[in-house]
Amino acid sequence: MNYEAVIGLEVHVQLKTRSKMFTRVATGFGAAPNTLVDPVILGLPGALPVLNRHAIEQSIKVGLIFESTIPEVCKWDRKNYWYPDSPKNYQITQYDQPICVGGSVEIELPGAARNIMGEHRYIQLTRAHLEEDVGKLTHGDNDSLVDYNRAGTPLLEIVTEPVLTSAEEAVAFLNSLRMHLTAAGISDCDMEKGQMRCDANVSLRPIGSSVLGTRTEMKNLNSISGVKNAIEYEIRRQSRILERGGQVVQETRRWDADSGMSTAMRGKEDAHDYRYFPDPDLLPVRIPPATLQRLRAELPEAVFEQQRRYQSQYDLPYTLTSVICYDHHLSKYFEAAVAEYPEGAKGIANYVANELQRERSAAVGEGMLPMEQVKILPAQLAQLVRIVDGGKITKQNAKEVLSTMFATGADPVGIIRELGFDQTTDSSELESICREAVDANPVAAEQFRAGQAKALNSFIGPVMKATKGKGNPAVIQEILRRILAGQ
Amino acid sequence: MSIDISNSASVDIDHLAKLSRLQLAESEKFKLQGQLERILNHFRALEDVDVSGIEPTAHACDVVNIWDEDEVAEGLTPDQLETIAPAFRDRQIVVPKVVDDA
Repeated sequence: MNYEAVIGLEVHVQLKTRSKMFTRVATGFGAAPNTLVDPVILGLPGALPVLNRHAIEQSIKVGLIFESTIPEVCKWDRKNYWYPDSPKNYQITQYDQPICVGGSVEIELPGAARNIMGEHRYIQLTRAHLEEDVGKLTHGDNDSLVDYNRAGTPLLEIVTEPVLTSAEEAVAFLNSLRMHLTAAGISDCDMEKGQMRCDANVSLRPIGSSVLGTRTEMKNLNSISGVKNAIEYEIRRQSRILERGGQVVQETRRWDADSGMSTAMRGKEDAHDYRYFPDPDLLPVRIPPATLQRLRAELPEAVFEQQRRYQSQYDLPYTLTSVICYDHHLSKYFEAAVAEYPEGAKGIANYVANELQRERSAAVGEGMLPMEQVKILPAQLAQLVRIVDGGKITKQNAKEVLSTMFATGADPVGIIRELGFDQTTDSSELESICREAVDANPVAAEQFRAGQAKALNSFIGPVMKATKGKGNPAVIQEILRRILAGQ
Repeated sequence: MSIDISNSASVDIDHLAKLSRLQLAESEKFKLQGQLERILNHFRALEDVDVSGIEPTAHACDVVNIWDEDEVAEGLTPDQLETIAPAFRDRQIVVPKVVDDA
């Protein structure tokens, strides 16, 4: 029998706030252990939580991006469990009245090739609820150590319906989530820093069946490749069990990226045992329609909508939009440059997606130089593209100008002058150089006159050499054609 | 007010003790189970109250949106933390070895 996978994801996203969810001590990654703690974080007697307004508004924005319903009222509950990563012995979360309900995330599956757009799908969301992150445990031989720096960081848990069907879709979902949330400044979604973490519920069922099979929950998926490999592993594992006539056991499994295998974890307390109840320390939140309006106005354009607009408005190919739109730093940069030179959108897009990326990559040993550190201002890039479009320097020379701009942050005009790239405008001088080139190569001249169009190239090299690369190739070709035609 | 004895609450004291991380002697279990069941049954009296037409609420106070702006305040210093931690090593709080299964 053939089986199909049914996958639901629970994605935890750390919100980018200065202070924690229920107290105002700072959030942060990489600080010395236990330096971001206060009585609320440690659950000391008498300490009371106070909501972080910004975290609530950021969470509402997530709902607005994905067209969730934002219920007028949401509230806070205690999820009780005993574990030292949570010193209160409960986690403050939202149980039956979450901040966002429903919605969907547009995803793009991998295309047939890198330069071909993949299929788009919408993944339905169940809900998103706001809660506090927990501390970090380090296990030793005889005891465990706890660092509470991470505890209390605002954490939005985004839950999908069980509608994904493959590891590729899960990866595409995470990528889409990351692109949208980083563009809106809601989270940095850096999985290496634990800012985005994923659990996956996986089950199999006979193809065409509408009944869900027994599911397992995969935990510890802390990288994109981890998500992909763990889901693929689990689909293989479950199909082997079912093919042998066995039954999948409902359990939680831990993914081990090093061995590429998952193992069953000890039995989890069921939902009933968490003994959820409303937190008496915290009052509900009521969101008036005016707040939703204000927050909606602050949202950036949705990633794929922007991409479709660039394709229709600027006639940009997928190879450019998939670089620019999928990285909000680049799309913001592009927008700023286009504002300076609206007719040059296509040229600007080319420089942003190709030359600038190449310079950023060459500037550092690994990865890319962060856009914040790029010295070329969008207006300066627009200026360079305007000069190139005006035929004042060659594209080849423009690359060198861009490199110098990248290194120094200077204006293109000054660099062009310094490098001597101002194109020879003296047409009589250019004409005599062209004539010399034609006279020096009668064989090629004859070939060209006999109809071999390519023979024209034989003259361009010597002319460029004589003009020290300053000649505009289009102008040179025009002059050469005229001379060869005997005019 | 009446309590339906035939439908009275029953408490799984072993399960509750496990969730609470309490070690109870048999005599304590017997005593606490009876007490907890009496407490729960006492609260069943609420089931007799007519709540039709009353809007459900999560909180006794009719107040919402008590929040702070996202501005950072001072926390505890490591020295302060060390004085209140039961055990402290490498700037971290030492706890009995736990299996990471949460």
